[in-house]
Order: sequence, then C-alpha cells, then structure tokens
Amino acid sequence: MPDTHAPDGDNLTRWLEELSQAVAISGHEQELARWVAERLGSWCDEVRQDPLGNVIGVRRARPWKDAPCPPRVMLAAHLDEVGLVVSRIERGGFLRVLPVGGVNPQVLMGLVVQVHTREGALPGVVGFLPPHLLSREEMGRFPRWDDLFVDTGLPEEQVRARVGVGDLVSVRPCSLRLLGGRLAGKALDNRAGVAVLLECMSRLARMGHAAEVYAVATVQEEVGLRGAVTGTFGVVPDVGVAVDVTFARQRGVGESEAPAELGRGPVVARGANMHPKVTQRLLEVARAHGVPHQVEVIPGRSGTDAWAMQVSRSGVATGLVSVPLRYMHSPVEVVDVEDVRQAGRLLAHFCAELDAEFARSLLDWGVGA
Amino acid sequence: MTQAQAAPQPQAQRPLQPQPQPSPPGQAPSERFSRLRECLELLCPLPGVSGFEGPVRERVAQLIRPFVDRWETDPLGNLLAWRYGPDGPQQPGPVVMLAAHMDEVGLVVSGFEGDGTLRVRPVGGLDPRVLVGKAVRVGASRLAGVIGVRPIHLQKPEERRRAPEPEALVVDIGAAGREQAEQAVQVGDPVVFEAPFLVLGERRVLAKALDDRVGCCVLVELLRERYPVTVVAAFTVQEELGLRGAQVAAFRADPHLGLVLEGTVGADVAGVEPHHEVTRLGAGPALSVLDQASIASPPLVAALVRVAGRRGIPFQWRRTGAGGNDAGAIHVSRAGVPTASVSVPCRYIHGPAAVCDLADVEAAVELVQGFLQEEAAPLLQRWRRHGSEGG
Repeated sequence: MPDTHAPDGDNLTRWLEELSQAVAISGHEQELARWVAERLGSWCDEVRQDPLGNVIGVRRARPWKDAPCPPRVMLAAHLDEVGLVVSRIERGGFLRVLPVGGVNPQVLMGLVVQVHTREGALPGVVGFLPPHLLSREEMGRFPRWDDLFVDTGLPEEQVRARVGVGDLVSVRPCSLRLLGGRLAGKALDNRAGVAVLLECMSRLARMGHAAEVYAVATVQEEVGLRGAVTGTFGVVPDVGVAVDVTFARQRGVGESEAPAELGRGPVVARGANMHPKVTQRLLEVARAHGVPHQVEVIPGRSGTDAWAMQVSRSGVATGLVSVPLRYMHSPVEVVDVEDVRQAGRLLAHFCAELDAEFARSLLDWGVGA
Repeated sequence: MTQAQAAPQPQAQRPLQPQPQPSPPGQAPSERFSRLRECLELLCPLPGVSGFEGPVRERVAQLIRPFVDRWETDPLGNLLAWRYGPDGPQQPGPVVMLAAHMDEVGLVVSGFEGDGTLRVRPVGGLDPRVLVGKAVRVGASRLAGVIGVRPIHLQKPEERRRAPEPEALVVDIGAAGREQAEQAVQVGDPVVFEAPFLVLGERRVLAKALDDRVGCCVLVELLRERYPVTVVAAFTVQEELGLRGAQVAAFRADPHLGLVLEGTVGADVAGVEPHHEVTRLGAGPALSVLDQASIASPPLVAALVRVAGRRGIPFQWRRTGAGGNDAGAIHVSRAGVPTASVSVPCRYIHGPAAVCDLADVEAAVELVQGFLQEEAAPLLQRWRRHGSEGG
C-alpha cells in the first residue's frame, strides 16, 4: 500500500500530518497554538504567548547560558490558514460564506467542509448547481462568492439554532501520503514552516549555541502579517528569519513563475526584504553542512512575515527560508517531507553558528565609523 | 423540511392519505433505516468508474447472496440475480426487472507527464470545475493523488473565473518523474474522488457516488422479501456511458416490466427557484413522466401512484425532462418493456460528495415493495388479457 512510504517512527511526517489536520483560521489559532506551545516546551526554557496569540518559545544560549547580552535570533513561522466565515443563513438553512485571507474560490465546488459552531464542528459540503440549470457561459466560469453556499444537510430550524453568522468554516481535514515521502493536505502553507521550526528546535536541543533562539509561531499572517508585527516588537531580535512556503514548479507553473522544485531542499530568498549578510550566511551554512538548497529571487515584497519583521522598531536584519510547495491555498497542497527536514537542519546550524560578532557585522555597511 | 409544505407542488402530488415520514426525527430509526444507512456506507466509498465496477459488484454479490435463488454475471459485468415468485423457477410467472447501476462518473489515467503527474480523461459527465483542488484515489491499490490548481497568487485576473480545460487537469501522486509514476500506475487505471461517508443530522447522508449506489441499496433491500412475481435484480454497468449495461441485462432478463432505481438531481438549494429544483430532498422518492431517454409507462406510473396513495408513502414528480437513465435501454429491449423510474433525490451528484435523505431512500423501498406485493401481478395479468384479446 502506498500509505507506508514514511516510516512509522518518523516524527516529522506525523507532526506534519497533525499540523495539516489542525484547524487554525486567521485570528482563531488558539487550539493549534496550545499544541505548538506544548511541543516547543520540550526544547525551550520558556514558552509564552503575546496579546495577539503568537507563541514564543525561548531557548537560552548554552553552554554560555550566563553570557551578557547574547545575540538574539527569531525564527517566525505562521500558524494560521485561510478559511471561510458564515455571512448569512439563507432560506432552507444554506450558509453563505466570505473568505478569510486569500482563499482560492476555484477549489470550493463540491468541497467537504466543517462549520465550527459553538457546540462543535458540523460537516457540510459546498454546493453547486446541476449543469441543466446553467447556461453554456455559466458552465465556463467558476461561481462567484455570491453563488456559493455550504449545505450542512440539517433542517433550517436546526441550522439556525446551531450556526451563527461569524462561525468559521474550514476544509475538512484530509491528509494523504503520496509517493516518495510527499504529503498532500490543507494548510501545509504554513504548517510546513511550523514543522521546520519544531525540527530546528529539536535539533538545536542537541547542539551548543551562543545566541538566544526565539521560535515564534505567528498568528494572522494570511490577513496581513499582523502577528509578526507584534511578535517581532516583543522579541526585539538582532536577526529574524521567516520560515514559510514558496511556489514549487507544477503543471502549468514553470520556471518563470516558480523558483523551486519539490525535493531539492529548502529555498533561501535573496532580495530587498532580506539582509544580504543573513542570506549569505544561510547559503554558507547550507554548503558547509551539505544541506541541499535552492535560491529564489524576491525583488520586492516577499508576502511573508519577513516583510513585517524587517521594519520592526528600528529595523531587523532578516532572512527568509521557504519550503517548496505545490498548489498553494488549495485543500491539496503538496510538500516533500525531506525539504522540511533539510530546512530544519539548515536553520539549526544557522542558529548554532550565530554569534555576537555576526550580529554586529549586520550593522556594518562598510562606510566607516 | 419546513419548506416542502410552502413550495408550490404539482397537482398529482396530492396524497390520498396524510404522509407519515417513515422515520420522523426524534424517533428511533427503523431497522430498515439503519440497514440502508449501513449499505450506503459499504457501497459508496468503493471505486466503480464505468467499466471498472468490480469492487461494487463483489460487495453487492456478497450482500444479496443470502436472499436470491440464482445469480449470474454477463459479458459486460452486469450482476443479475433472480428471486422467483411463490411457484419457483419452474413457473416463474410474471417477471419484473429492477435495475440500479453500479458505475459512477470519474476519470481514467490516459498517460504520463514528464514531471511524474498523470494525464487523465473523464468517464461520464463530469464538470471539470469540481475536480479542481480535490483528493483522488488511483487504481485498484487506491494510490493517493491530488488534482492541483495554479496558486491564486499567480493567476491573472482573467484566469480567476475561467473554468479549466479538462486537458489542463492532471493527477499528482507525488512521483518525482515519469519513471516513478509508470512503476506505480498503469494507463487505463480508474480514478475516483476521495470523499468521506458522513451522516448529517439524523437523516441525511453525504457520500461519493450516491448516483447510483443509493439505487443499489434500495435494490439490495428489496431482495430480502419474496413477492408474488419473479424479480430479476440487475446491478448494471456503464450507465454513465450510455446505458450500455442495462441494454444487455434487459435482453438477458427478458422481463415483462422494468423499474429503474436511481439517484436523481435534487436542486432544492440556495439560489434556485422552486420551479427549477427538479426534486426536493425529504419529500419522498420521485416518479418521472419522461426524460430524454424514455417516456415512463403511464399504467405503471399510475400503479405506483396508487400504492403510494394506499400506503401513505410520500412521493414527488421529477420536474424536468432533462437527463436519462437505464429505463432508456430497458423499455426498448427485445419487443419492448413497460418501464418506469423511482428516483431518490440527491444534491450535487457527479461531484466529490452528494447528499441524500435516508427517509427518501426508505420510502423508495416501501413504494417499490408495495408495488411488487400488490400491483405488479394484477397489472401484468390485465396486460396479458388485453394482449390475448388483441391477438
């Protein structure tokens, strides 16, 4: 059977599956935040949450635990996923919905979903009309938001008693093991990044490091990088590395649109959003430790937490490490578990080798004092 | 449903007696209700793309074996089973063919791309829009796969609403290249949606392939009893490709009349005017006057209406002339077979997950059961008399 490609003892695959199946739509990440806090607790000296809900795990420098003012590195991976919210209950008990974050409405027709009510999750399906009710022109187009609805199969009065406007609707979790250690599922953007964080911290726990490492699982990225704004303000890092996903080549998305390929390792980004020395160091570390890696160019806005981190307070030297991912913002996003593992390795070595001198060098642009 | 009373109903839907729901909410479900739910749970998840109905055929054969006198399979893969009348196989008497198709719409692997994804072609009427972003299972080993979509971030505005060309959709099984894909999959392997089986509330079921596993379940349930007539149960293949299985099954069964048991469009959903809804979930099984493939036999339909009236079984008319089912092949078999359809309303058929109401399924069983018990034999006797008078 194809379901046995990843060994049962593989924590990372299990983490990814659990992470993909958890529901954490932007602004409603608390349940998953607890799960992540618990995991981070195994390798951190302290785990806390800030007022927006960011989970912040701190691992102090060691064996130089008492060194004054160790450099501070923050790794940020967002927890939240895009989803839907109930906007209206129609006659017959059908639910109209609106997007939370950048939902691709093309995937919704016939999708099995869950409505998250006060009393728990109700299953349902996104309905669509039979072809004989549609014109040729309508058949050639995806439905508009106005035409989409969720059907819970319940009588109208039960729907009205149980579902409220504002209840969230998520994809029904379903993660699949594909060939060659690849996984498919919802929300791998950016649960893959969260898994990288866990992998990195679990490795770091067996290494010495001069820096204080802050593993931050951020909230509300999909609605405008908001968790990263407050999270970075609170941590005050010298170096910030966002961990996210990036477009992998797929059918219909060639080299011109996608910088990376699945299975060829984490992607280090270069561009204005990334401090050149952080990028350079990430690449050096990858080469030194034989971490397979790829490079992507992002001339401007990266669309990741790195964008918010960079301009926190008086500025933060940032980097961006991404896991290649196919079919972004669909219920069947695909990642290669090995890319996640290698990203974790890369960041563990990066953190372990980060020292005060490197932190100082980030402020030195060679113009003399 | 509360709306069922409010909506305008066709004249003929007036029942002769009040309409008790077979299992009203709040009461313990009947044994039959539970059996039907279990049967759907067994049959719906099985893959059965037209031409590849094997898993469904095997399971149905297991289910009906204790109740039938004889069964056989034919060259196309139809499963036919006989439950003789009280006088046994020597004097089968009037023969009624009950047909439900085992196949479902889906995809079939047609080739490999260089990047290890699978080219696929649709089997039956599939709206390519429902394939986007869905999980699937490939081949007999149920290999996991997905049908992807271009990231919304990369789509140009004009791309965002345009339905995909079927050729643009491929199945990603995770293969790193063509060679790995070719080792795991063969050209011709069927592909079905990966969908859960869920019970929604007390009465509704969400599942893949309700069209027509729901008809198969009605038929399995009907076989539990012996009737005054001989029943030939035909679990047919290739309905979605043009009623191919039913054509040869009807020839083999050589019945005096035919009844097709199917799942049909229920469009009683948001944004659809009542006169477009075709059928309404929870309002009972639907009887057809006609569709594009056949005109239902009026005396047969009248007999079904009589049963419904006498027994207080709710029913509704199928309010469209569109579509077609196995009746199209059965009614023109040999020298002609009076045929009608009893349909269970299903929302979102030909998609990854359809929804039906178990009360409608139960009522469909009761309606056909009543017909077989009370109406089939006298109806055929009358016809035979007329026939001999004419000759």
